[in-house]
Amino acid sequence: MFDKYIIDAATLRNTGPADAPTGFSFETKLGYYRGIGLSMVEDLVVSIDGEALPREAIRFDDGNGSLTLDEMETAYDRRWLFGAVATITVALAGGFPAGEHKLAFQQRLRVSYLPFPAFNNDEKTVKVA
Amino acid sequence: MSKIKRGVSLYSFQEEMFLGQMSVEDCVSFAASIGATGIEVLPEQNMPTFPNLSDADVEAWKAMVARHGCHFTAYDMFLDTKLRKDRLMSDDEQVESIVRDLKLCNRLGIRNMRVLVFVRPDILGRCVPYAEELDVHMGVEVHAPWHLEHAWILRTLEEADRLGTKHLGILPDMGIFMKHYPPAFRARFERQGARPEITQFIVDQHEQKIMAEYTIYEVAVKLQGNKAEVAMAETLRHAPYANPKRLADYAPYFHHIQAKFYEMNEDCTDPSIAYDEVIDVLVGCGWEGTLSSEYEGNRWVQDVQEVDSREQVRRQHVMFERLIAQAEARHAAKGAA
Repeated sequence: MFDKYIIDAATLRNTGPADAPTGFSFETKLGYYRGIGLSMVEDLVVSIDGEALPREAIRFDDGNGSLTLDEMETAYDRRWLFGAVATITVALAGGFPAGEHKLAFQQRLRVSYLPFPAFNNDEKTVKVA
Repeated sequence: MSKIKRGVSLYSFQEEMFLGQMSVEDCVSFAASIGATGIEVLPEQNMPTFPNLSDADVEAWKAMVARHGCHFTAYDMFLDTKLRKDRLMSDDEQVESIVRDLKLCNRLGIRNMRVLVFVRPDILGRCVPYAEELDVHMGVEVHAPWHLEHAWILRTLEEADRLGTKHLGILPDMGIFMKHYPPAFRARFERQGARPEITQFIVDQHEQKIMAEYTIYEVAVKLQGNKAEVAMAETLRHAPYANPKRLADYAPYFHHIQAKFYEMNEDCTDPSIAYDEVIDVLVGCGWEGTLSSEYEGNRWVQDVQEVDSREQVRRQHVMFERLIAQAEARHAAKGAA
């Protein structure tokens, strides 16, 4: 319902030293009409030009502390609020590749009342400013 | 004074709230401006401190709606049975979660709780003593493709009858009365590559109320439909036109209605959902409660235009006022004859 908004392209940045980036980050929101507990975020998949980056390389931070995706699975007391911005940081030597590339992002959620997992997908052609 | 009150679910403004263009208070203020003074709230959407609302939070929420001349009508609960990856919530945990919501509902002064349709009738039966004590009606959402006489819905009503309670029943979503296929759905599938002759075929099939599976097979296999065409045909599984007359039979079991809609015409008519028939039945049977707007059209148009939920909701309320007045006049004349 909010797929087209879940990559905020204007926030794409490299992380780490400017001359030797260690990764990149961008901002996102939960593509759902309510907030949910972090334990129900089953997966966050980041891909560049169709190639998924390792799950272990990804960190989530909604402003209340950075978590690995495994840590999110048991964060029973934390909620990702409706409309709240979170930063996704991805470890990648050299940072986001130079020039324009397709950045894809998928949020996979366990929504209890649905018989199947919920997927929110966005893909944008972006470059680091 | 009409027995049918007008209200709005905050769900209706999800696009603008998600994008940070409207606050919850902006939504309430807008609802007040069109005379839709009953506010249906989704605490998990609208209340950042959920589920740990302090007494001060509760008072602030009540004061905010009162400041605009509004009041809360309904509380949309959720039940995270899949909270944990390794197992489903136990029955006791489910009851505990629902009781938590009943208590919050009561603290906020809300007497209708929308219960998700997947919640088991026996779990709700266990919650009835709490609902009675807190004076909150638990209404299981009758959402398409379920309908008023679906066996799953009837199980909840049987449970309510068995317990002899007035605090368990249903909460119908008007999406079950989709008389015509929504033009907004069709238009989006065409933007995704569905061919007009195929979308016309699907619309014609729906118009004739041909059962979904026949149309899906025709489109997918016989017509070799593309992805968008098959996806459009599959929406028919969730596009029923149930009989509005049944509302009168089940009226004692509900006090609140989610007035689902996908788009309103400029002349303030709904191209899809049979509100003329629905409101005639509600007025005819003397139903008392709130028609609570639930605009769900944002996702069908956001790819090509700015979503204007306010204008859509405004048009629906112009329609409600018109249809309620017409139905009341018609039934009064019938009564006098």
